[in-house]
Amino acid sequence: MHRTKVRVVEDALDANTTLAQANRADFDRSGVMVVNLMSAPGAGKTMLLQKVLTDMEGVRVGVLEGDVQGSLDADRLSHLHIPVVQIQTDNGFGGECHLDANMVRSALHELPLDDIDLLIIENVGNLVCPAEFKVGEDVRIMVASVTEGEDKPVKYPLMFRACELVICNKIDLLPHLDYDLELFKHHLDGVHPGVETMFVSARTGEGTEQLRRYLIDLATRRKAEAAAG
Amino acid sequence: MHEMALSSAVAATVEKHAKGRPVKVVNLTIGKLRQVVPDSLLFYFDIVTRDTLMQGAQLKIEIVPARLHCTGCGERWEPDFPTFRCPACVTGVVEVLSGEEFQVESIEVEEDEVCTAPK
Repeated sequence: MHRTKVRVVEDALDANTTLAQANRADFDRSGVMVVNLMSAPGAGKTMLLQKVLTDMEGVRVGVLEGDVQGSLDADRLSHLHIPVVQIQTDNGFGGECHLDANMVRSALHELPLDDIDLLIIENVGNLVCPAEFKVGEDVRIMVASVTEGEDKPVKYPLMFRACELVICNKIDLLPHLDYDLELFKHHLDGVHPGVETMFVSARTGEGTEQLRRYLIDLATRRKAEAAAG
Repeated sequence: MHEMALSSAVAATVEKHAKGRPVKVVNLTIGKLRQVVPDSLLFYFDIVTRDTLMQGAQLKIEIVPARLHCTGCGERWEPDFPTFRCPACVTGVVEVLSGEEFQVESIEVEEDEVCTAPK
């Protein structure tokens, strides 16, 4: 026996990236715009969707719900009468804390991709892992609620840098908290200079119109791109 | 749990390149901007490689410092706080030169002696 050194020089997440590209190719073929929606647990992702997806002006929406267990989030969207598929990540070692490209791939056959313009993938609530694993999305949106504290961008820079839009949720609670909104903006600007932001309350509806418009525009843009060939 | 998934990704990458040979050493680089805890990665790597050809392999981790560059004024620096604003000109666009790596650089495998002497 002798020992040989083998040169590898490969990103350890290459396998996931390759699968994410395969997902992306499937989405592109069907003309679907895909959003990866990420946040800490309880930031209000599902409630935002409940609020915003009620009137999408003809944009056909589908949702992939990622949770460690159960289908509570999918149930909450049932009144919208749109395709909702639940992915549970709890097979194996205590349940994965994020969705990866393979999990999304395994659920694609349950979605009528040709009849969807906008697919929203609601990731597992977590500020660390989802930032590492692309799933084939076009756009990454993260929700940071004010009850989490204003220091989160500097504590989880990877997540706050990995997205194109940061939604600050639960602003109706600001009068009851010591949360310093300006400090949050300062931290966010340091970690991800120039990132688009929205300040909303899913509960009262304040600011959610802006998000609704953003999502409709995304889907419309994809349709226009498809029409232009 | 984060490092559990990442150690599985490292193991899968190593397995692909080991091509059935027992693995003794894995050299991995991790950028400082990645939120990876080396001790936790080592712990999970031992678990996910049990009963495989990687069992007992030594995972050697090299941490790559975060180095940033301002495309506006040319300033280069190593931040000790996650801020991506240029300390010199404030307005410039900052690019990451290093610190985002999560890469298997090389592995050491055991091979049977192959007689290459001419007959």
